[in-house]
Amino acid sequence: MPQVASIAVSILFDGLAYAMFLFITAVGLSVTMGLMNFVNLAHGAFAMAGGYIVVTLTRSYGVGFVPSLLIAAVIVGVASVPFERLLYRRFYKATDLEQVLLTIGLAFMAIATFTYFYGPIPKSVPLPNWLQGDINLGFRLFPSYRAFLIALGAALIAVLWYSFERTNIGAKIRAAVDNRRMAESVGINVDRLFTLTFALGSGLAALGGGLAIQLFGLSPSFAVIYLVLFLIVVAVGGLGSLKGTLLAALVLGVFDTAGKYLMADAGGFFIYAVTVAVLLIKPAGFYGRE
Amino acid sequence: MAASEAKPPAAARSQARERAVAYLTSRHRFRLAEVLPWVLALAAYFLLPDRMTFGGQVLIMVMFALSLDLILGYAGIVTLGHAAFFGIGAYTVGLLAARLNYSEPISGLIAAALVAGLIGFITGWFLLRYRGLTLLMLTLATAIMLQETGNLRSDISGGYDGLPGLTIAPLFGVFQYDLYGHVNYLYVLGVLAVLFFFVRRLVYSPFGQALTGIRENVRRMHAIGSPVHRRLVTVYTIAAAIAGVAGALFTQTNAYVTLTVFDFDVSAKVMVMLILGGTGRLYGAFAGAVVYMVLEDYFSKLSPTFWQFGIGLLLVLAVLFARRGLLGLIEDAGHYFARGKR
Repeated sequence: MPQVASIAVSILFDGLAYAMFLFITAVGLSVTMGLMNFVNLAHGAFAMAGGYIVVTLTRSYGVGFVPSLLIAAVIVGVASVPFERLLYRRFYKATDLEQVLLTIGLAFMAIATFTYFYGPIPKSVPLPNWLQGDINLGFRLFPSYRAFLIALGAALIAVLWYSFERTNIGAKIRAAVDNRRMAESVGINVDRLFTLTFALGSGLAALGGGLAIQLFGLSPSFAVIYLVLFLIVVAVGGLGSLKGTLLAALVLGVFDTAGKYLMADAGGFFIYAVTVAVLLIKPAGFYGRE
Repeated sequence: MAASEAKPPAAARSQARERAVAYLTSRHRFRLAEVLPWVLALAAYFLLPDRMTFGGQVLIMVMFALSLDLILGYAGIVTLGHAAFFGIGAYTVGLLAARLNYSEPISGLIAAALVAGLIGFITGWFLLRYRGLTLLMLTLATAIMLQETGNLRSDISGGYDGLPGLTIAPLFGVFQYDLYGHVNYLYVLGVLAVLFFFVRRLVYSPFGQALTGIRENVRRMHAIGSPVHRRLVTVYTIAAAIAGVAGALFTQTNAYVTLTVFDFDVSAKVMVMLILGGTGRLYGAFAGAVVYMVLEDYFSKLSPTFWQFGIGLLLVLAVLFARRGLLGLIEDAGHYFARGKR
């Protein structure tokens, strides 16, 4: 029996770490999609850009891993604003298809650009000593990096939850997601709000991209491969719902990890099976509105 | 118009009916320009005899894009998983040849159409109640799950190594596939012509009109009592079957198939082709697939990275400036000059 328990603990722990990565990267996408109903397939490209900035900063400029993560998040967050202002803005009222094409086009261009500068070979990142090896949590050893990921994710969830539920700006975002017209008519500047959340979401995606390097390695195709996962998390959680995104990230993260532990051959099958099952029963996701 | 209003209502109604029938038949009538793609396809056979293998690939993609045009261009179903049906068709023929030693081409195509159509019917029945992001995700997940299933049973499917070196029986038991793809080109062209005229008939039928109605305003179609879900499932099944035939031809042409036929890239690629040519106009599939494949053939040899950037840029530009595709651009130019003359 102890072996079963040990495997279960490993699955939960790795699944939780994976879920935190999914949540951090996808939460911005969920809120922006909830606000504007905009299908942004270039979100993965922002995450990839964040990852490469972290690689460059740590490898070429000797910046520490954690500061690099923050710098990457800020750079990508700021850089995403012109995209939103100049390009995305024209397509909020366009059809799904046009949004899909525009953002897929952007993602392709981003992949090609990063392939040109960094090459197609996966990159890794040097970690500080305290993130290498294992950490003793009293009853057994856990990989430090995943423990760090879980702690960081938990902290971010707390901050996001507080700002979403308890601050003025959070209330405005919730109001705009619920009913955009009504929010505008009571004087909320939804456009500016959107730019802000878009920048924040892209910044978080970049953070997620930086965190992902150690887990999966980073190559330019990251932008498309993991995009599918982010979109699944958003769709399963329900557009614009923080709670839903978290729940979806946890369910999918743990299921996927369990699937890979217990049936290595089935690989990615589980995450899609769960997605299809959830969406067939609740088409708008866990906490989405019909 | 005052005169028609004065008529008794029954006569006015029959007149309106006549006008509607006249409008539909005039749309259905063949225009001279429609001969052009077929003449070009035959001309290519005689003028470019050493590029026939590539030509066959182009025609297969035309067929694949045509099947997508049915659901995307006419019914307005946005899918990210159309490769699923291409892949099913490809594997139907591949598995028949590799595991059951059955490789008669024509019946292989029919088998592929039936299997892909069946899967299209089942998945469509469940998925087509959804729209927007949910539908995008469900179609995408369907294709990936098929790929993962293939990977799981790699003892049967050959996994990512695929089923190489298939032998395909001669066409009609007589025409052996030659190294230069001459027979194959005409074979694919023939199948494409048959399916194209079927699709053409379909989109100009009342059924096709109902699909366009669903695309333009689904609520109104519900309101006038059109069986929306049944219509969508029907067209999805047909499109799946055609995509299956395209996939089957792909396997027969290349004599191998791997799980990459289910890739998201394949779904994205066929959509790009269709958008490039223009959706909802049948010949958009021809223009888009030919232009895309020729550009890809040229630029991806030059530099794959450059090509990927170019295709991204093309997409962005198409959405920004040419929402009706290349044929739309040509049409606009035509209107512009016609107006200039007057």
